[in-house]
Amino acid sequence: MFSLFKFKGGIKPPTYKADSVRFPIAAAPVPAQLIVPLHQSIGGQPHPLVQAGDRVRKGQRIGAPDKWISSAVHAPTSGTVIAIEERLAAHPSGLPTLSVVIEADGRDEWIKRQPVDYGRLEPEQVRELLRDAGVVGLGGAVFPSHAKLTAASDVPMEELVINGAECEPFMSCDDLLMRERGEDIVRGIGIFRDLLQPKRVLIGIEDNKPEAIAAMQAAVKAVGENFEVIAVPTLYPAGGAKQLIRVLTGKEIPASKRSPDLGVQCFNVATAYTAWRAIAFGEPVISRIVTLTGNVAQPRNWEVLLGTPLRDLVPLMQPKADTNRYVMGGPMMGFDMPGLDAPIVKATNCIIASSPAIFPPPAPEMPCIRCGACAEACPHELQPLELYWFARAHNFGKTQEYNLFDCIECGCCSYVCPSRIPLVQYFRFAKSEIWAREREKENADAARERFELRNEREEREKAEKAERLAKAAAARVAAPTQQPADTGQPATEQPAFDPDAAKKAAIAAAMERARKQREQVKPKNTDELTVAQRKEIAEIEARRVPLQEPQNASNAEIQRAQREEE
Amino acid sequence: MNFTSPPYLTQNVSVRRIMLQVLAALLPAIGVYLWLLGPIVLVQLAIATATALAAEAVMLKLVDKPLGLFLGDGSAIVTAWLIALAFPPMAPWWLIVVGVAFAIVVAKHLYGGLGQNPFNPAMIAFAVCIVSFPALMSRWPSLNMDASFADHVAVMFGQLPRLDAMNGATPLDTLKTALKLGEGQVSVGAILADTRIFGRMGGHGWEWVAAAYLAGGLWLWQRKVIGWHLPLSFLGGMVALSGALWLWNPAQFASPLFHLFSGGTMLGAFFIVTDPVSGSTTPKGKLIFGFAAGLIAYLIRVFGGYPDGVAFSVLLLNLCVPLIDLYTQPPIFGMKGEK
Ligand code: SF4
Ligand code: SF4
Repeated sequence: MFSLFKFKGGIKPPTYKADSVRFPIAAAPVPAQLIVPLHQSIGGQPHPLVQAGDRVRKGQRIGAPDKWISSAVHAPTSGTVIAIEERLAAHPSGLPTLSVVIEADGRDEWIKRQPVDYGRLEPEQVRELLRDAGVVGLGGAVFPSHAKLTAASDVPMEELVINGAECEPFMSCDDLLMRERGEDIVRGIGIFRDLLQPKRVLIGIEDNKPEAIAAMQAAVKAVGENFEVIAVPTLYPAGGAKQLIRVLTGKEIPASKRSPDLGVQCFNVATAYTAWRAIAFGEPVISRIVTLTGNVAQPRNWEVLLGTPLRDLVPLMQPKADTNRYVMGGPMMGFDMPGLDAPIVKATNCIIASSPAIFPPPAPEMPCIRCGACAEACPHELQPLELYWFARAHNFGKTQEYNLFDCIECGCCSYVCPSRIPLVQYFRFAKSEIWAREREKENADAARERFELRNEREEREKAEKAERLAKAAAARVAAPTQQPADTGQPATEQPAFDPDAAKKAAIAAAMERARKQREQVKPKNTDELTVAQRKEIAEIEARRVPLQEPQNASNAEIQRAQREEE
Repeated sequence: MNFTSPPYLTQNVSVRRIMLQVLAALLPAIGVYLWLLGPIVLVQLAIATATALAAEAVMLKLVDKPLGLFLGDGSAIVTAWLIALAFPPMAPWWLIVVGVAFAIVVAKHLYGGLGQNPFNPAMIAFAVCIVSFPALMSRWPSLNMDASFADHVAVMFGQLPRLDAMNGATPLDTLKTALKLGEGQVSVGAILADTRIFGRMGGHGWEWVAAAYLAGGLWLWQRKVIGWHLPLSFLGGMVALSGALWLWNPAQFASPLFHLFSGGTMLGAFFIVTDPVSGSTTPKGKLIFGFAAGLIAYLIRVFGGYPDGVAFSVLLLNLCVPLIDLYTQPPIFGMKGEK
């Protein structure tokens, strides 16, 4: 019997999953118009490969990754690009994002798909293939998968954890995918296994999904793999990557470390599925399974083309009359869809039609009574009450001392708080304030650097001028009679001889020498790098990017990246 | 704050629910009081409750907080009931009013209201009154007296100066005085043999009150309103010290059982040290808080000048909470091996 570990804290909210699993996955119709945001994953912003007026085919690449941590975007169906412009994004900020708008032609014509036998490829080529097929974490984190498929150089990869826990209430897309397409998932896991070479492969599924567990066991057997399918106790957030890794391996990954450093990596089942489709069928990620549920007449899982506006899904779910908004993601970590025009993206695992009856408006916030319920519920063993206190007092240094950045925003603390304090909101606020300040500081540093550079330049120019003058003076001294005749210039143009000039010139020359020395010492490490080194740098940069540029990668995305719930 | 923020699901909990459960857990003890002393205990509770609500309302009005929300949270009533039960039964009505008003106005609201008070308001009231009115605060009714409800009310409202039977000190006090008078010649065993005063465990009648607090406390623990750390460590501190001294000299020190079931031990363990606001919040901190409070309460009740030590020890520990919490922050997920 496989022995499981426990993580501290966690909660047991009602699951509300039963309704949406009664029917098999169905294909949602192709909408008339698709809005495909170019930026659908953590990392860089893919640049558009098409122009308005271009005809595209289903599966055609329309956005190219701009760096290593970035992922390609494809046309979900065939049709005509009618615009590349800023459109409303499926994002809590409600801000627009650069999107490719495609008018579908109804023919749904594929590009020529090229299945490959990945066993014949170099690992590097497989990773590139995955990147160009747009394979990213579909558990909601949307972290580019290829970038997670390299083992740490100094730590052997021990476990590959596959996340089928699906702990958020209402959600059942992974459940259905495991039930119906288990073998493709298992084969996709095989790709990951071959790239990472772990000792064991563990597939964790919450024990409230017996059908999925049975289906996956059968699939593993059918494919002839030795993966272990393990039922884990139903306890939110068991589907958080860090929690699942803890439960299956006993390892705890703090915010300061990456999982490969501890010899483990984690992917979502849906990610494995898309990886297999991409490699073995040449089908890039152009659709995903979405649970449409909540206050609806027809809760069900649908395979939805990415870019389908939420508006086109409404007829499928048939929301009841008192539906007042739509939540994307689960009720614990999701957010309000900013509008019906916002499209389904790679991160959209679930849409919940919400009503005041399902999600009642929050009760008024009371003062914290220090009951400690939040600390008991926190799966990262933080002290949310202290974090709250410091965040509220804008004492952000203290929040970091109390490990603010280890908070995965799972919402357990808010869930149990008797004073109904929106703790997660306070933590997000504190995090974004800290990021904003860091950015400000960086800008200031950059400005200072520019200022210093300018000073240096001016100094240099002054020195050079002085040098010229000194030379001229010296020349005059050497050939006083020649000069007027030679130039024929009025004497007034020439500066009067300055006895100090020679001294100044000497000083200037010394400064110039010093400057040159300094320059030589400065490392020029960006030239002449191997491709691998560049990639490594890009990777490091990308990891830093979310911390520095929340406008590029929003806070929530970063959070999901940290959570790595894949 | 954005009001449509996740999580959209929340547990059915509220400050009000917690407070109502604490009040419910006090009902067994109130029942025992009723049985021992009659309905006068209800009068005392009513005076305390009315005072607390009035004081709370005035203070909320002054600081402009929503009345309905905060009056309804039940926290003032909990304070009121704890004071009514911790004070001697049939204490003069104005003593209750002064105690409760002081607790609500000074100990709670002057520090910022719900959640902000560094000291346990009920214990502040107790400490202030026992320092200011030591005689009245030590005047406990003897349970063997036989007086009518009308007499009780008359005593409470100053119409009857005192009933003879009102001289009864608490069993704790009686024991302390007897030991002092005996100057080491009388043994605890001999003194406690008088079961009319001392009952079988911690005081005739009173031990049942203590047992009722225990029952209510266990219910709170079972409902997860309170954790085990604080009550257990508090009782542990009390037992550790009383047990050590009792083993060393059973003639001069009463057994741990006596101390558990006399005075405010059980009330303190389950209803006072468990006050979240003024207590420690970390698991280790709670153990330290409870254990130290138990030790100090014992020291004061046995060696100090006051009949019981729960109030002072708890207040002393309240003072140390910021320090305790600072040094007992638990390691977080993934950082257990590291400092
Ligand atoms: S659960 Fe709420 S009231 Fe209790 S300590 Fe945490 S923040 Fe404070
Ligand atoms: S949201 Fe953050 S602080 Fe709250 S329980 Fe989750 S990890 Fe802990």
